[in-house]
Amino acid sequence: MNKPGLPIVLQGITKSWAGAVALDDVHLTIPAGQFSAILGPSGCGKSTLLRMIAGLETPSAGKVFIDGRDVTALPADQRGLSFVFQSYALFPHLSVAENIVFGLRTRRVPRAERNQRLAEVAQLLGLGPYLDRKPAQLSGGQQQRVALGRAIIAKRAICLMDEPLSNLDAKLRQTMRAELRALQQQLGFTMVYVTHDQVEAITMADQVVLMNAGRVEQVAAPDALYLKPDTVFAARFIGTPAMNILPAAALGPLGQGLEQAAGRPLSVGLRPEALVHVPQSPVVLSCTHAEYLGADALAHGHIGGHRAVMRVPGADRPEPGTQLLVSFAPQDLHLFDFATEHRTEVAGLSGIFLRLGLPTAKPTGAVASPFKPKDD
Amino acid sequence: MDRRDWVYGWLLVLPAMVFLGLFTHLPAIATIWNSFFSTPRGRRPKLFVGLENYQRLLDDPVFWKVMVNNLWFALGTIPLSIALALIMALSVQRAFAGRALVRMAYFTPTVLPLIAVANIWLFFYTPGFGLIDQITGLFGLGQSNLLGSPDTALFAVMAVTVWKEAGFFMIFYLAALQTIPPHLGEAAKIEGAPTGTVFWRITFPLLMPTTLFVSINAVINSFRMVDHIFVLTGGGPDNASSLLLFYIYETSFRFWDTAYGATLTVVMLALLGVLAIGQFLIFDKKVHYK
Ligand SMILES: Nc1ncnc2c1ncn2[C@@H]1O[C@H](COP(=O)(O)OP(=O)(O)OP(=O)(O)O)[C@@H](O)[C@H]1O
Ligand SMILES: [Mg+2]
Repeated sequence: MNKPGLPIVLQGITKSWAGAVALDDVHLTIPAGQFSAILGPSGCGKSTLLRMIAGLETPSAGKVFIDGRDVTALPADQRGLSFVFQSYALFPHLSVAENIVFGLRTRRVPRAERNQRLAEVAQLLGLGPYLDRKPAQLSGGQQQRVALGRAIIAKRAICLMDEPLSNLDAKLRQTMRAELRALQQQLGFTMVYVTHDQVEAITMADQVVLMNAGRVEQVAAPDALYLKPDTVFAARFIGTPAMNILPAAALGPLGQGLEQAAGRPLSVGLRPEALVHVPQSPVVLSCTHAEYLGADALAHGHIGGHRAVMRVPGADRPEPGTQLLVSFAPQDLHLFDFATEHRTEVAGLSGIFLRLGLPTAKPTGAVASPFKPKDD
Repeated sequence: MDRRDWVYGWLLVLPAMVFLGLFTHLPAIATIWNSFFSTPRGRRPKLFVGLENYQRLLDDPVFWKVMVNNLWFALGTIPLSIALALIMALSVQRAFAGRALVRMAYFTPTVLPLIAVANIWLFFYTPGFGLIDQITGLFGLGQSNLLGSPDTALFAVMAVTVWKEAGFFMIFYLAALQTIPPHLGEAAKIEGAPTGTVFWRITFPLLMPTTLFVSINAVINSFRMVDHIFVLTGGGPDNASSLLLFYIYETSFRFWDTAYGATLTVVMLALLGVLAIGQFLIFDKKVHYK
């Protein structure tokens, strides 16, 4: 039914306003027909990047290619893509039906075909009963569907969405996430989806583009992003609670061994769920307080004088002041160059663990889902 | 609601009601009342004459002349000044260097006092050495007396009115344009609509409430126009540029025929009422109120 999606390539995109640099030399490839999520903290340039692809903003430098064609100078109405705004941007004076077929009408699609496609889309999104209403007479979720309908009726090869779910309540957001994903897979278009919510990005996307301060921090599949973060920023941004980042020295002899093997100062990264309470270990978490979450709890404290968090079963959380002996498996240890904060590997990790009498297999312990929905 | 609340409510609206009644409703009723009597002159008191004043009105060629003038005046100035206002508002909406200056220039005619406006235009129109004649003189055209000849006097006054009203209406359009979210235009653009389509299908319909407001004001203004005529033409030559209100003024306060003046006023009130209600009914169907 649909054209297969088209690929998008950004080459050295820079955007600066007087004084502020919103995007700084962004290189990015968005594969055809896939769901790419652009993730990052507020103000990192996600919307600007999306608007650049749409042609609503012109880059200060760099090029945009769609399907191999340079579209940098092409205005928005000629790029053949659709866009869902965070505010939905429904036309308040037009009915739901007129809103949805707006694009078809401007492109003079014959009335019969228009009506037939409208019926299809209304059926798909469950908008049948509301076609004659004005947007102001709809709930937030229904308005969101109308915006979606307007985006998909044209069967464009590319669909851009800027935080389309952020105005919905947590429950509706969860259903819509699944529906959006299903819709994208069913229709096969290329989806570029902006969000500041890591759960949304990780549950929906084939590829996550992590941005930070106008730069692309890492582009990876969701599991790769979680398992092998490229930078300290990526490591701390993905996963809730955030990964513990400590100077290697905080781990005592193990840290010294690692730095010796690497030949330079290191930061170590340990997820709260990677830490396991064991009877014997040189690594100690001095617990300051515990945060009860239900099935499990978070033990806050210090390792070698640096703040750290550990996930423990909700039933036996430690008292404040407890000295917890903790361990972790070599494969759960992330190493970063202390100065550049980039990921680095150390050869013979297991050997170092063995030499210090640490277990090299994953210690068993309660490991719950690391992704807690962010509610805002 | 108990009785005390009622009393309290009436007390609150009382001052406004007194002023409105004293200065608006009573005079209006008195005017209607007077239109059925003759004008008192000297020792002769006013007499009830029934519809005689209205009969006189129907037979009065000057009345018909000023009505036709007023119709042309309204048709000529209202659409033009509204269209100009909208174009000016759109042109200064986007950010560009010197925008504040251009906005101010558009708005200047509205804030200038009437005498200054009239003086400027008298200078334009003066036969022989006025600006218009000086320019046409460069092309070897002869002198013109735009304000002084019956064929052009009304148009000359209309030009001044459009010039003055457009800047005023522009302010309303500017305010209305600020309330339209820019995302709407962007969404339309993405859906393939070129700039013209965005204007006609999105911006213009969303400006409808403003257009209604402005056009009602424009209609009322066109029937209340009197000051420009005083200064520019005095209604002449031969009533060529006289409008209804100016005729009422002349009848009532120059010839002191107050009964006939009252009759003319009743006609004007009825006309304005019908126009305002008609506009609301027509526009109501097409106006989207948020
Ligand atoms: N029109 C503009 N003029 C000047 N600066 C702008 C403009 N638009 C955006 N910026 C700046 O560019 C940066 C990136 O903005 P952008 O809207 O892309 O952020 P974002 O990642 O979408 O944030 P959010 O998640 O809050 O929507 C911000 O620092 C912002 O202040
Ligand atoms: Mg944004």
